[in-house]
Amino acid sequence: MKYSATLRVNGFSYPVTIEPQRTLLSVLRDDLELTGSKEGCDDSECGACMVLLDGEPVNSCSYLALQTLGREITTVEGLSTNGDLSPLQKAFLEAGGVQCGFCTPGMLISATALLARNPRPDDEEIKASLSGNLCRCTGYTPILAAVRSAVEMTAG
Amino acid sequence: MSALASGSTAMGQATAAGPSYTAPTTVDDVIAAMATGSRVVAGGTDLVVGSRQGRWPVPEHLVAIHRVNSLRGIRPVVDGGLWLGATATHGEIAEDATIRERYTALADASSIVGSRATRNVGTLGGNIANASPAAETSGPLMCFGATCMLESRNGRRELPLDELFSGPGRTVAAMDELLVSVSLPAQPAGTGSCYARLEYRRQMEIAVVGATAVVTLDGGQITAARVAITSLAPTVRRVPEAEAALIGSTGDRAAAERAGEAAAAASLPIDDVRAAADYRRAMAAVITRRVVQAAVDRARGETVSIPASASLHGAL
Repeated sequence: MKYSATLRVNGFSYPVTIEPQRTLLSVLRDDLELTGSKEGCDDSECGACMVLLDGEPVNSCSYLALQTLGREITTVEGLSTNGDLSPLQKAFLEAGGVQCGFCTPGMLISATALLARNPRPDDEEIKASLSGNLCRCTGYTPILAAVRSAVEMTAG
Repeated sequence: MSALASGSTAMGQATAAGPSYTAPTTVDDVIAAMATGSRVVAGGTDLVVGSRQGRWPVPEHLVAIHRVNSLRGIRPVVDGGLWLGATATHGEIAEDATIRERYTALADASSIVGSRATRNVGTLGGNIANASPAAETSGPLMCFGATCMLESRNGRRELPLDELFSGPGRTVAAMDELLVSVSLPAQPAGTGSCYARLEYRRQMEIAVVGATAVVTLDGGQITAARVAITSLAPTVRRVPEAEAALIGSTGDRAAAERAGEAAAAASLPIDDVRAAADYRRAMAAVITRRVVQAAVDRARGETVSIPASASLHGAL
């Protein structure tokens, strides 16, 4: 049995007709063609699929799409405004926090949620908030620098 | 399908026969769906991940419980104990002031489950019902004397958590019984507790070896002690021999070491990708000693950071 439902993603409403076993990640990528969220491990260990669900990070590869009905989803595509990157996204580019780019959407989602609840995190808090996101380009140092730089830009 | 539908606006609209999904707002509707074969999903961090790893398919008939208000929350109860709804998340548990102060080992455990994304949606009920021998919260809950409430169309029954597990991934709950809540009794004054695990990384980790200690100090002596082992037997379980080694002692290092030896002796570890059985047994003694010492320190009012795991590594 398929279910017709409306998902709220990045402020837009998307009607979908899906099987209940479908994960949020597969619906975002294959039905809505929002391919910013990545399938890395598909075991909810790497964080490449991370999105915000009502503002909190969730691994979309293990969350059922139908369970998001009535809730607001934010993907990496929703972090920019009218094509302008967020201060955090700009900081990732400037600090070299993007190498192959596969972990970047999840890193940005985790860091966006961190800065929303704590605009002035210290290094330990930044590291803890990103610890569910794996980078296989050994790029953690510039990623940490990028978040620190965004903190300095936005918190003054 | 009509029998399962709650008529709520957040339900999807069914279009053809086959798999089913419902997301009711009451326990009655959840257990009605379970009675006709639907399986419960909350945060999906075990159920859906298990399917991605090929251990089992996502069940064909699903009842999602994230919209049931009566399954949510953490509340003090009149006798000084605590009530935790089945869908209390690890994030909520780790940040709850009462749990951090009076049931500290549970805060140690929930604060190291998965990553922040896991803890945002992963629930206490799921951690228990999945019945993993490595489940972080089960040792602390057992040592605090937790009871769990199961409900089906045949009624409710309450049983001690240490009678729930029957094997790896198995419980004595029937397929149509919903884990509704967990209750913790009040702990005596002078009680301190700690859960820690041997881990190879700080987050997105599964306990290689875990141990819990809950001790009550009175006049400088341990008058009550509970010890449980994790990832060391087919189920998380208490170790009465380790508890006996502590009672009447001052909680000094020698007593903690005796408790550690008893925990190692009670272990039935397996070889797997994370560790060899011999290594697990050796580390059972070390981790148990450390959690006993940290629980004693906390009972004396000393500060041990939450989670304890990281701060205990090499520190004691």
